[in-house]
This record gives sequence, C-alpha cells and structure tokens, in this order.
Amino acid sequence: MKRVRARLVLAAALATGTAFAQERAIPLDQLKPGSAFLGADLRSLQADEFANPGTLWVERGERLWREPAGKKKQSCAGCHKDAQTSMRGVAARYPRVDPASGKLLNLEGRINACRVDRQGVEPLRYESEELLGITAYVARQSRGVPIAASIAGFARSHFDAGEAAFRLRRGQMNLSCAHCHEANWGKRLLSETISQGHPNAYPAYRMEWQTMGSLARRLRACLSGIRAEMLPYGSPEYLDLELYLAWRAQGLPIETPGVRR
Amino acid sequence: MSARIQISPQAKRGEIIEVRVLIQHPMETGYRHDDVGHLIKRNVINLLSCRYNGVEVFRADLSSGIAANPYIQFYTVAETSGELEFTWIDDEGQQGSERQPIVVSG
Repeated sequence: MKRVRARLVLAAALATGTAFAQERAIPLDQLKPGSAFLGADLRSLQADEFANPGTLWVERGERLWREPAGKKKQSCAGCHKDAQTSMRGVAARYPRVDPASGKLLNLEGRINACRVDRQGVEPLRYESEELLGITAYVARQSRGVPIAASIAGFARSHFDAGEAAFRLRRGQMNLSCAHCHEANWGKRLLSETISQGHPNAYPAYRMEWQTMGSLARRLRACLSGIRAEMLPYGSPEYLDLELYLAWRAQGLPIETPGVRR
Repeated sequence: MSARIQISPQAKRGEIIEVRVLIQHPMETGYRHDDVGHLIKRNVINLLSCRYNGVEVFRADLSSGIAANPYIQFYTVAETSGELEFTWIDDEGQQGSERQPIVVSG
C-alpha cells in the first residue's frame, strides 16, 4: 500500500513536471543567449573586460554607488556596502514583486524606489546615463549567475499578463514576439540572424544605438521594427513582459554589460 | 568625458608595449537629425595625443567616420620610467586628459 502511494506521488510529481516543461516553447537545454547569434567580433568585444564599451557605464555606476545623495547624504554603499558581495546574484532574481508595495519592479524600478524611500531624492529618469550606469553596475555583479526570476505568488498574474503580451499580435505587420523569437529563431531576417530574445545581457551596449540602453529600450526597438505602437518607458506592460522574458531565459547566465548588434 | 587607459604597468627597457584607450564620447557625425528635424551639430573628438615623459609618441586625427566611444590601440617602446599622458579635444573645444604611470626595469 505504502509503495503504491509512493508511486502515485511520484507519478503526480512527474505529471506536474511534464506539464511545466511543456509550457516552454524552447526547452531549457536549447536556450541560447543573444551573444550566440553575434559575429565573432562582437562576441570578443563583449568578452574583452577592457574594450567592452559597456564598462564605461559600469564604472560610472560604481562612482554613483558611492556618491552620497539628498539631504540625508545617503549613498547606495551606505546601506548595501560592497556591491561585489551584496549585489551578487540580485539582478538574476529581477523583475520581482516588492513585498512592501506589492508592485512588480525591475532593477531600474528597484533602484528608483530605493532612491525615493531611502535616500529621499528624485527618481532617476528612465534611460538617463545615471540610471543606466547604476543598473549596469548592479547587474554586472551578477555576471555568470543564472537567471532565476520567481513567478510564484503575487508574481503569477504579472507572468500571465507578460505571456499574453508576448503572444499578442501587434502593429501594421501583425506580429507577436513569439512569431520571430519562438517560431523562427536561428533563421535569417535580411542580414541578421533572429535571436531567441533573451534579456540576460541588459543593460547592453548596442551598435545600432552607439550607446548603452535598457531592456525597455530594446523592447521599444522591436515594437518599432514591427510598426507597432511603442509604450512609454516604465509602463506596466513592459514590466510584465520583462518578467515573462526572465522566466523564459531561466538558467541563462547574466552577461551585463552585453554587446549587441 | 570619462576614459579608460590600459598599459602594462611594468615593462623591460626596449620592450614593445601595447597601449589601449577607450574614451566615452558620442562622436556626433553632423549628419543626424533630432526628433523635431533639426540637424545635430557635428561633434567628434578630432585629436588624440599621447606623450611619454613629455615626448609625443602617438597622435591620431579622428573624424566623423569613427564610431561613438572610440577605442584606440597602439604600440610604443618602453624606455624610462615615468608616465604616459593622454590628451584629446572635440569639436566643441571640450578637452580631456588622463595620466598613466609606467615602471621600466633594466
């Protein structure tokens, strides 16, 4: 009897495990980061600790980390001390639901929430050099750490909304994210190979931009490419989508600061 | 304008050393338009110079064909201990400079 029950439990566990695995259009062992779709020149530029242009922003972020701000003269380092230890692995867990406010926050949102609540200063403008710098510096501390964003609990509704956003046909070309990055990755789109659309290198330095940019900017660029309406920076739909993308990329190591086409 | 410089801090006399420079700069070509259609004025780093203990060992004239955040790599010969001084200037007259010490043995 005991053995039967044990078997049942095992069968149930296997069933849920399979159901979960079936939800993934790209199996975990077939995930490829964006860098796998780059040419050798950009791959080596990303790997070069000195010449990677994203390091300019990481260094700026490091200076800002130590800089006291506001009337309280509070710096990031004042609470979090050495980012190399305190921020290790943090970026791999974002976006996540902030237990205090119940809101879904990405790394940019978390940094700005900290600025307002703890430092008593204005939030940094999305896509400003300062916010890109601190975000890149914090994410850099997680380089090599596999993405492990949680979709349990309050995050679940955001995850579902994110998946819906991923599969929604949009714009004049009537395409969803899934049409390119799920059904046709690896194929050519004019001169470029379509990637799987993973977020693990952001903020990243994009050759097309000639500068550093956030994941939200990358999403906007995709929407512009399919001639769809671009949503404003920091909009909830992008956050939900970022969470879905993080779940999709589960296990891929953080590459920030990435170099992309 | 922030910049990163990399040279090997220690070298033997007569050794050929690699110098790497990465400068943060938009290198605005002068061909782009802003969101409301106005031409964005050209602003590129037009000159980069490197002096080794006061003697110019490298100079580059840059123009609008060079990408943003230019990365420049060159070689020089280690002669005496001292410092390498890098200076650059853009079209708007903004100057930047950076110094890097070097120890030469033998």
